[in-house]
Amino acid sequence: MSLRKTLTVILGSGLLLGATHTSAAPPTASMLADTCVGCHGPEGSSVGPAIPSIAGMSAEYFNTVMKEYKADGRYGTIMNRIAKGYSDEEIDLMGDYFAKQDFVRYPQQLDAAKVAAGEKLYDKNCSKCHDEKGALADDDAGILAGQWLPYLTYSMEDFTAGKREMPKKMKKKVEKLDSAELDALLQFFASQQ
Amino acid sequence: MSKITRRNFIKAVSSAAAVSAAGFPMLAAAGGKKQVVIVGGGVGGATAARYIRRADPSIEVTLIEPNKHYYTCFLSNEVLSGERKLDGIKFGYDGLRGEGITVVHDLATGIDAGARTVSTKGGKTFKYDRCIVAPGISFVDNIKGYDMAAAEKMPHAWKAGPQTALLRKQLEAMPDGGTVLIAPPPNPFRCPPGPYERACQIAHYLKNNKPKSKILILDKKDKFSKQGLFQQAWDRHYKGMIEWVKAEDTGGGVIRVDAKAGTVHTEFEEYKPAVTNIIPAQKAGKIALTAGLADDKGWCGIDHKTFESSVHKGIHIVGDAAVQSPLPKSGYAANSEAKVVAAAVVNLLNDRDPGTPSWVNTCYSIATPTDGFSVAMVYNLGADGKVAKVKGSGGLTPMDSSPEARAREVYYAHSWFNNITKDIFG
Repeated sequence: MSLRKTLTVILGSGLLLGATHTSAAPPTASMLADTCVGCHGPEGSSVGPAIPSIAGMSAEYFNTVMKEYKADGRYGTIMNRIAKGYSDEEIDLMGDYFAKQDFVRYPQQLDAAKVAAGEKLYDKNCSKCHDEKGALADDDAGILAGQWLPYLTYSMEDFTAGKREMPKKMKKKVEKLDSAELDALLQFFASQQ
Repeated sequence: MSKITRRNFIKAVSSAAAVSAAGFPMLAAAGGKKQVVIVGGGVGGATAARYIRRADPSIEVTLIEPNKHYYTCFLSNEVLSGERKLDGIKFGYDGLRGEGITVVHDLATGIDAGARTVSTKGGKTFKYDRCIVAPGISFVDNIKGYDMAAAEKMPHAWKAGPQTALLRKQLEAMPDGGTVLIAPPPNPFRCPPGPYERACQIAHYLKNNKPKSKILILDKKDKFSKQGLFQQAWDRHYKGMIEWVKAEDTGGGVIRVDAKAGTVHTEFEEYKPAVTNIIPAQKAGKIALTAGLADDKGWCGIDHKTFESSVHKGIHIVGDAAVQSPLPKSGYAANSEAKVVAAAVVNLLNDRDPGTPSWVNTCYSIATPTDGFSVAMVYNLGADGKVAKVKGSGGLTPMDSSPEARAREVYYAHSWFNNITKDIFG
């Protein structure tokens, strides 16, 4: 480590301490996470029908999403208002907490024909990034497998309406699909148990 | 082979103590399980019970609640419109029992803060190390002629259950062209946006079934929660159906009723509505008053870090009965407060610092099945030791949010209901 780098680290941590110094310790991770579960369900697994499960999500992605909401960089109905209530340190604690929880899946009412059609579309268009049928807690995406269909639908509506930015590769694929195909795809993700 | 954890060790010691209790009473006292007694099985009480057990299963939790079922006040307005059945807001206590909580269906009639006991109508006495009082609200006699008998003719429906069913029945029986009179209470009261969401839900029913009918709201206040959003929704969906009259314009709203004659009186006017919904002024639930926990206004002062009573040590108050402002008297707030109290109680019983609290409130109002809006806020403990709003957080659904966003908020409201009731009752 160079002298300059060392100094930067020391100065940086000093500033950080100065900025976040309060008389009380931060709330514990479970204290903070407990404020979320009234809406997002026990330990972050929603019993539905629309609020998404956040259990098992990667801590990295949780952080990204919360910070986007906080900065109004992501469209939402209520999460922007709520995310602004938490410090980056608190968001870190919550992210680590939910990453450790199991994503509990509940059966949803789905259209079997659409699910089957969706699987083919998935194999062709999405499987490279959203591997394992969307069940992996990726650092740049939420868990799609078994997520509540209305939430997946809202998210796709926001993507296609330009309210949420898509990664370039995703945009290319999504633009080729019509709304019935997108619906089939989302039904496939929702059907994963 | 089981590992000897601290918890197992305590368990072993306490069972050994139980066996030899007669010979070694001191040991029994030292090794005995910690007892928490919770008075009231609503949102605050049931949540606290579950979260204490979750954090420390060695603590024995007894919940005393007279009713076998709890009907949530939140979303009870959907029962009035017919969008939801009464059974859809009904919850039992089997979930709590399954988690090892002792649920006693009895009425707590006294709390002895010195002896640390709760006594009941059924003649039982429960000893506690810490007590949580979650009694909800009781009514103040601020409207002449409005008593329990009058409430059978002019339901308040502000404690959900049979009262909700009664008000729904009256709406079903009223003629097309009749007036529904709603008399909201003065501040502070349970569920500040509730009376105005109620107007929406009743209007939703009337619009589809008795479209010539009207709703008249004679308020005890000059402004109300989410006012802009509600008035916008009334204008959008129920134009000409809902009239809100502020207290100033009637000289203070409804002051008297004659339940037999079916009349409602303000200082200057007499009304004879088809259906009357009187929501009286409120104070803490009865047991809090009996136990001397309330101030002269009828609400319970607390230390905001632990929600421990400012009158009696060892007793914590959670939910609507507490003086918790700026936290509102809402279901979500009671649920959030209960988690803070549970953590504080568990920590204090284990000789630890009660911990740093964090609270949240989210409150949805449903104007039509596809138009909903919300208010939210995150709270922490301020430097002065009081609950404080986290600057920059929270607020209302914007007035110009799209119809799509409003429809999502209804779906989210229903999801919130499912998740929070699972969180409360297991």
